[in-house]
Amino acid sequence: MAELKYAPDGRLLFTKEMKKEYTILCPMMLPIHFELIKNVLEIQGYKVELLKTAHDGIIRQGLKYVHNDTCYPALLVIGQLLDAIKSGKYDIHKIALIITQTGGGCRASNYIHLLRKALKRSGMEFIPVISLNLSGLEKNEGFSLTLPMIRQMIVSIIYGDLLMLLRNQVQPYELAAGTAENEVEHWVSLLTAQYRKGKGLSRREMRENMKSIVRAFAEIPVLRVPKVKVGVVGEIYVKFSPLGNSNLEGFLHSEDAEVVVPGLIDFIIFKTDNRLEDSKLYGGNPFKDMVVRALLNYFIQCEDMLIAALRDYPQFEPPAGYRHIKTLVKDYIGYGSKMGEGWLLTAEMLEMIETGTNNIVCTQPFGCLPNHIVGKGMFRKIKDTHPNANIVAIDYDPGATKVNQENRIKLMLATARDHLAEVQTAENTAAGHVTV
Amino acid sequence: MSVRIGLDIGSTTIKCAVLNEEDELIYQSYHRHMAQVKEKALELLGYIREHITKDQPVQLSITGSAGLGVAQISNIPFVQEVYATQTAVRRFLPDTDVVIELGGEDAKILFLTGGTEVRMNGSCAGGTGAFIDQMAMLLNVDLEELDRLSLEHEKIYTIASRCGVFAKTDIQPLLNQGARKSDIAASIFQSVVNQTIAGLAQGRKIKGNVVFLGGPLTFFRGLRERFVETLALPREPVFPENSQYYIAMGAALYAGNVTPMTVAEAISNIENAKSAAAVSVTPPLFSNREEYEAFVAEHNAADVPQADIAAYTGKAYLGIDAGSTTTKMVLLTENDEILYSKYSSNSGNPVPVVREALQEIYRLSGDRIRIASAAVTGYGEELIQNAFALDCGLVETVAHYTAAAHFMPEVDFIIDIGGQDIKCFKIKQKAIDSIMLNEACSSGCGSFIQTFASALGYDVADFAKLGVLAEHPCELGSRCTVFMNSSVKQAQKDGATVGDISAGLAVSVVKNAIYKVLRVNSAKELGSHIVVQGGTFLNDAVLRAFERELDAHVVRPAIAGLMGAFGVALYAKKQEKPEGSSLLRPEQLEAFEHKVSLSTCKGCGNSCKLTINTFSGGRRFISGNKCERPLGHKTDRETYNMYRYKYQKLTHINQDNPKGTRGRVGLPLGLNMYENLPFWNAFFSSLGFDVVLYPHSDRALYEKGQSSIPSDTVCYPAKLMHGQVKALLEEGVDLLFYPCMTYNFDEDLGDNHYNCPVVAYYPEVIGANIEELKDVIFIKDYVGLHRPKDFVKRIHTILSRHYDLTHHEVKAAADAGYAAYAAYEAELRAYAKEAIAYAEREGKEIIVLAGRPYHVDPEINHGIDLMLTGFDAVVLSEDAVTEPIDKNDIHVLNQWTYHSRLYAAAHAVCHQPHMQLVQLVSFGCGLDAITTDEVREIMESRGKLYTQIKIDEINNLGAVKIRLRSLFAALKEKEAAHG
Repeated sequence: MAELKYAPDGRLLFTKEMKKEYTILCPMMLPIHFELIKNVLEIQGYKVELLKTAHDGIIRQGLKYVHNDTCYPALLVIGQLLDAIKSGKYDIHKIALIITQTGGGCRASNYIHLLRKALKRSGMEFIPVISLNLSGLEKNEGFSLTLPMIRQMIVSIIYGDLLMLLRNQVQPYELAAGTAENEVEHWVSLLTAQYRKGKGLSRREMRENMKSIVRAFAEIPVLRVPKVKVGVVGEIYVKFSPLGNSNLEGFLHSEDAEVVVPGLIDFIIFKTDNRLEDSKLYGGNPFKDMVVRALLNYFIQCEDMLIAALRDYPQFEPPAGYRHIKTLVKDYIGYGSKMGEGWLLTAEMLEMIETGTNNIVCTQPFGCLPNHIVGKGMFRKIKDTHPNANIVAIDYDPGATKVNQENRIKLMLATARDHLAEVQTAENTAAGHVTV
Repeated sequence: MSVRIGLDIGSTTIKCAVLNEEDELIYQSYHRHMAQVKEKALELLGYIREHITKDQPVQLSITGSAGLGVAQISNIPFVQEVYATQTAVRRFLPDTDVVIELGGEDAKILFLTGGTEVRMNGSCAGGTGAFIDQMAMLLNVDLEELDRLSLEHEKIYTIASRCGVFAKTDIQPLLNQGARKSDIAASIFQSVVNQTIAGLAQGRKIKGNVVFLGGPLTFFRGLRERFVETLALPREPVFPENSQYYIAMGAALYAGNVTPMTVAEAISNIENAKSAAAVSVTPPLFSNREEYEAFVAEHNAADVPQADIAAYTGKAYLGIDAGSTTTKMVLLTENDEILYSKYSSNSGNPVPVVREALQEIYRLSGDRIRIASAAVTGYGEELIQNAFALDCGLVETVAHYTAAAHFMPEVDFIIDIGGQDIKCFKIKQKAIDSIMLNEACSSGCGSFIQTFASALGYDVADFAKLGVLAEHPCELGSRCTVFMNSSVKQAQKDGATVGDISAGLAVSVVKNAIYKVLRVNSAKELGSHIVVQGGTFLNDAVLRAFERELDAHVVRPAIAGLMGAFGVALYAKKQEKPEGSSLLRPEQLEAFEHKVSLSTCKGCGNSCKLTINTFSGGRRFISGNKCERPLGHKTDRETYNMYRYKYQKLTHINQDNPKGTRGRVGLPLGLNMYENLPFWNAFFSSLGFDVVLYPHSDRALYEKGQSSIPSDTVCYPAKLMHGQVKALLEEGVDLLFYPCMTYNFDEDLGDNHYNCPVVAYYPEVIGANIEELKDVIFIKDYVGLHRPKDFVKRIHTILSRHYDLTHHEVKAAADAGYAAYAAYEAELRAYAKEAIAYAEREGKEIIVLAGRPYHVDPEINHGIDLMLTGFDAVVLSEDAVTEPIDKNDIHVLNQWTYHSRLYAAAHAVCHQPHMQLVQLVSFGCGLDAITTDEVREIMESRGKLYTQIKIDEINNLGAVKIRLRSLFAALKEKEAAHG
């Protein structure tokens, strides 16, 4: 059994020995993306298990071991890990946990510490916790994020974004229910197989893969009838994670809406760009900035490839691209607001409105501090310039009930359907048709 | 076209509207459904079938929050209720501009003209029909009486409008202090109005033709009066006939588009529908009746002997616990046997309850029994002590410990769940070592079970009994009452029985106590000898859930609900004076009178609203005061209070500025601007600006900005910023300067030096939501003071957009700013040094009131600093005593400047025997969920008491006072124990 080693500050380390023996448990956020990222880690020789659990026991563990005023994502992420540890499925002396850490000014940077506190309280402080971050926080001898790994993860995120976008745009219109979802599964396993052979990650292979993916989705038989389009923005975890947002996407689908969810890559670019903005605002180190700029450009190129892959298919709405949405938000909020989702959240709402998705659910954990500013704080300004914007803020919280959340979303949907009907009537009239 | 039917199934009622082809209402009905949603709907449809539609096809749709579930499972069309309202109003009242609709648990505003917008209260907003019901219950009047009373009001009190729990904490002390019910009734309605306007309109003006809809607005004239007066509408608002049926009518109109069916079909659909059991259940509390009986027998062992009051002769000792909702009294013999006890709801005023009980005691005692000493504890301590001339008062916590120790001398942990609060104390070496009380937000205690019991039509004892043997207790969550309301609603929808809900509530209360208040996860962390008490623990379901959740065995005295009174009676015995008791005699009680009058204190700028109680014999009791001034006590000017010192300095900082030439710059006094003011003042003054401040902070300031606050769950300090900015604009400024600041100064106390997201970016919210800012230059750019050279360049660029300034001028101004900031810091340190020396010389306690820079604002700290000096302590702020803490002693990410100071101050306090730390936390401060646990850990690992006070817009310090008194009592005991 691996020996327990500690850093000088008392932190339990993840050792090289553990890399061989331990299974790393990873909480779930974005099913498609995380599955692919997991593969990246496995290629590097880590044993990884993605937690796919979704039951009430998770939040019970979270509430039991984490301060209840902490944000909902922390309760869920930590709850999901603890629930897995206690499930009896794993040898608890042969597991490690992994969790992301942004190092930003939002309290999310503290999840890892809350997780360690929770482990201690349940008498399991012998389980090492790995911080996954790009800021150089908390080094471990048995785990390091190398440049190739970062590149592969970015590629995985791009694949994930593309698959998510296509599924969202095809699923509501598919003739045979489940086709789009099957296509996603098909590609995830295909890409996984490629990864295992060391393929699919180069720029050329990426371009080819993406081309095939888009073609495959374009070939799914669909009937395009006008449907209400609903955008989802918000705090990153509750925006993406079905566990965090009571399966919001599923609910919107059941209400016959097309769901528009911005990809993950913009968030990564945004977090990188923040460093450059910080330098502009408060002064910085030109050398470091150069490195960051190179990274930023690389990320943007990747996103551009995604956009290019969609170019020949007018039926698909491509993402607007980071640079463009950054210009959209210029008159609304400063680029210095970087904590949490920062100005990006406001920008994503504007991006949606620009592309005709006026109906937006702004998801947030109850009491999320950045969202007071960039979410609810900006509604009024957005509505002043876009009177048709139909935005509803939904709080997610262990105490909030589905019935309450869904009722509010239904109100937004009722207004959305009215707008859709008006637009159609106007179009029909303009086209000289008789309205029914 | 056929007959159209709309069913509006709300949280508490079911409404039905049937429309004929001319859209005329041919049938309507309104019933409370008592959670029997399906049954009531069937009953109603049955009636309609029999009397109206027979077997002809109809068009039917369902709406309402509780209707959603029924519609889904039975395949009947559903329409969202706000949408239904809109449909009805557009059809029947086409000239309407704005609709305000209050329902059982929802509040809505619809703007129909000039950009249609519909708003619904969020999941955290009370202030609706259910809230009014709850408040009426608290006042012990029926709804009609409440309405009638409100029309006779003379004054309006400030009652927190955000949620029922908050409002309750505001109203309870008003009642205990003897405020008039009519004034409170009107204040309740006013709070609903404020909530609607602030929470829903969010800056959008309510004007034009306004229509009022929904039950509460139909039934309460007083509520309408408050709305009309507050909105100051030029035209009378419309209260349409049938206003309570509008949603149902909207649903009926909507039904015009759906496929017809017969009522019989609808009935069979509903009957055959299987509810999807979405609510999770927990295992039953007891597996069978035998297990329950064994449990009861075991717990009945902890009892107190009784003595017959009709036979006893000798001395007796009286203890009164004047709690928030109930009054408890115990009379003991010299051998601590109970002669008499009383547990009674005080209906908002404990005085008549106590008087009546005393008269009864005197009657039963005859000449045989002499009350030798009498003492009181609880919320109403001072009122009752003054009213009946009791010998002494005792802080609640100590009273409870005294009682618990009587049953279990080695007790090391006590938890008391009462009507309104949860109190827990750890006992070490026979002294109270740490105290935990529930925060204003989680007062989901005993009165909460009671509220649900009566809402479901049960007596609280019967309700508890149903829970004990329930088969499938529901999982209802462990948050505040408002959230629970919706959980209960969902459980009912899913077919939970009343017993299941009762058991579920018991589990919720327990979890709330354990995880939110105690913050523990095993019994080991509490102690090995646990005593549970308080009326709520008399509920066997609660007791069982508690033992099960902690996997521990605890002692519940049979007099669990009387422990405070019992403890204070024991205390009275200990305090017996040779000259006997001063308690009012029977003849004095006979002539007893209690008058209440109101006045506003003119002692200082705080303008406290005073309630003056006058009793026969000239005894007086004044409440509502923050300091001792109105009581005629001398104010201790000699003592040191850093909060006042800072506030005085900051609010007068622009006094000696030279006259400016460049115009008037407004610097809002709020959030981080409090701390950076010395810098900005010197900076702008040096550049030739006149610095304008608005140095008054009070509730009115909050209300001034209330309508522009976009997020109702942001912290109170941020909310006050809106009023500050509006006030400055009214003062007339050319430039309003409020910069965004991601970073603070780096004080080398942590790994980074962030501001919290709200402090850092609130200027963005101000800019996006205060329209009047367009009339002035508003600068909200991002700046960082932590890098002086870069700062000069940056601020020069920013200011140059509007002013012609040279780099040299800006550099000089920045230098002046940094110098002023350093000088201010030096002054604070000197003051702290002096204060510490003074405290040591005079042997006084030093309280480090640890918070954030903006907590110096008297509207934010509510005068807690003054309360502390009232206890004869010296008050310092956290930044005055920081001492770098070893990195390894902090187990969280230490990267926010204000937090780093907290940890460093906690660390410093631990080295000083006569220094204590009290942490102030603003409600809604997400980051403090992390700091509070960490500061507590730092303090407790070093053997220090940790006290936390959560503050909000609530201006009631009753609970705070108990907490601080307990702290001082614990310190005293600790000292005595250590010699």
